[in-house]
Amino acid sequence: MESNRYKWVRRVLGVVALLLVAATVVLGLWVTPPDVVQGQLVRLIYVHPPVAWVAYLAYGVTSIGSILYLWKRTRNIKWDLLAASSAEVGVIFTALTLITGSIWGKPAWGVWWTWDARLTTTALLFVLYLGYLALRRVPTDSHRRAVRSGIAGLVAFVDVPIVHQSVVWWRTLHQSATVLNATLSPKIHGEMAMTLLLGFISFTFVYAWMLMHRYQIATMEQRALDVELEQLIEERQYEPEAGSALAQ
Amino acid sequence: MWRDALLIAGKDLKVEFRTKVMVNQILPFAFVVLIIFAFALDTSPGTLQKFAPGLFWLAVLFSSILSVERAVAIEIDDSAGDGLTVYGVDPGGIFLGKVASVFVQLSLLEVVLTLGVVVLYGSKTGGWLLMIAATVFATLGLSAAGVTYSQLAGGSRAKHTLVPLLLVPVASPVLLAGTKAWQDAFSASSSLGDPWLRLLIVFAVVYLALGAIFFGSILEA
Repeated sequence: MESNRYKWVRRVLGVVALLLVAATVVLGLWVTPPDVVQGQLVRLIYVHPPVAWVAYLAYGVTSIGSILYLWKRTRNIKWDLLAASSAEVGVIFTALTLITGSIWGKPAWGVWWTWDARLTTTALLFVLYLGYLALRRVPTDSHRRAVRSGIAGLVAFVDVPIVHQSVVWWRTLHQSATVLNATLSPKIHGEMAMTLLLGFISFTFVYAWMLMHRYQIATMEQRALDVELEQLIEERQYEPEAGSALAQ
Repeated sequence: MWRDALLIAGKDLKVEFRTKVMVNQILPFAFVVLIIFAFALDTSPGTLQKFAPGLFWLAVLFSSILSVERAVAIEIDDSAGDGLTVYGVDPGGIFLGKVASVFVQLSLLEVVLTLGVVVLYGSKTGGWLLMIAATVFATLGLSAAGVTYSQLAGGSRAKHTLVPLLLVPVASPVLLAGTKAWQDAFSASSSLGDPWLRLLIVFAVVYLALGAIFFGSILEA
């Protein structure tokens, strides 16, 4: 059963996430000024980089969960369920990254999609983790699934630094890093920077809330499977008696 | 481990020599891929010549999916892989042996495909040193990533659809870097210091290491 403490933490997290997102919406749409160059379009910056950050964070958690399951000392099915839950949320946020990027790209670049390196590699990352989730859906026992998907998750994560570095490697028309650039001197100031920071925090809370929900469902699914297995074993134990009774 | 790798590679190549799947099925498939690319693009020699490196590596990528699936399937049929485990064959050796076998088969396929792009597309060649080095490391990387993912999906009924979904996004840097390295090789300023060659080396080393580390766990699962 779900503990009361877990339920309480999840609800508080949900309320905080909702309030933070509401504050980001108000600041992003009404309080912050339009940009000198991009005009109203700049308001997407309060959503697009935060959701991209959450996608990276989610895949990072998937990798940590995978390592903790694969390492025999810390092996516990909970780590695998955490990795899988985080990957699912990560895929949603990767899709949101692509969608918000595309919405920004149309007025900024004149096209919905362009073969920019970071866009392309994000799309590949999306497919990569869809593959991870597809591998998880292959029917097998919990341990086998955990090992296979753990390795697949870890190998897929090798692709993440390539995505991040691709903007440096291929130097294309994607806007260069605004906050975490080489000189670490942010090109954004004042209330816009504060709203962007709030965006990062609020979407991180949304991620944590979604992850807790998904993890809870995954744990319940696992428990249902275990109960079903126990019932089957129990039924099998009575089979010979049932067989002999029929024979009589 | 190395002795086991040699034994597995020899065994797989012997199986291939007897069944001739590469020659009878994968090679004709790669050849038809080269032909249909011409249908999809403009058939004028200039266009095909320009895109020849990319089309070559696409044909190799598609063929590698069939090749790695085959390399893993021969151990899954009749539970042959379980036999190897019972005999105590080193998992790292099995992985390296499979990679070596796929590497040899794909290399032979690439020789034929190179002739194909020269004849069919009128592609120029040149910068042989860079071209060969890029091809060797790209094939090594493709084989290592392919065998790893094919084994991951190998035991499942959905393996034929899962392997392309898992492998193609992972192998996409090979496609990109292989194409760029070949383009650089054909240009006047071809050198072994080519950055795309470095990317191919990194990819091959990373996936060889990952495969060698995890193959034992994959076999157990």
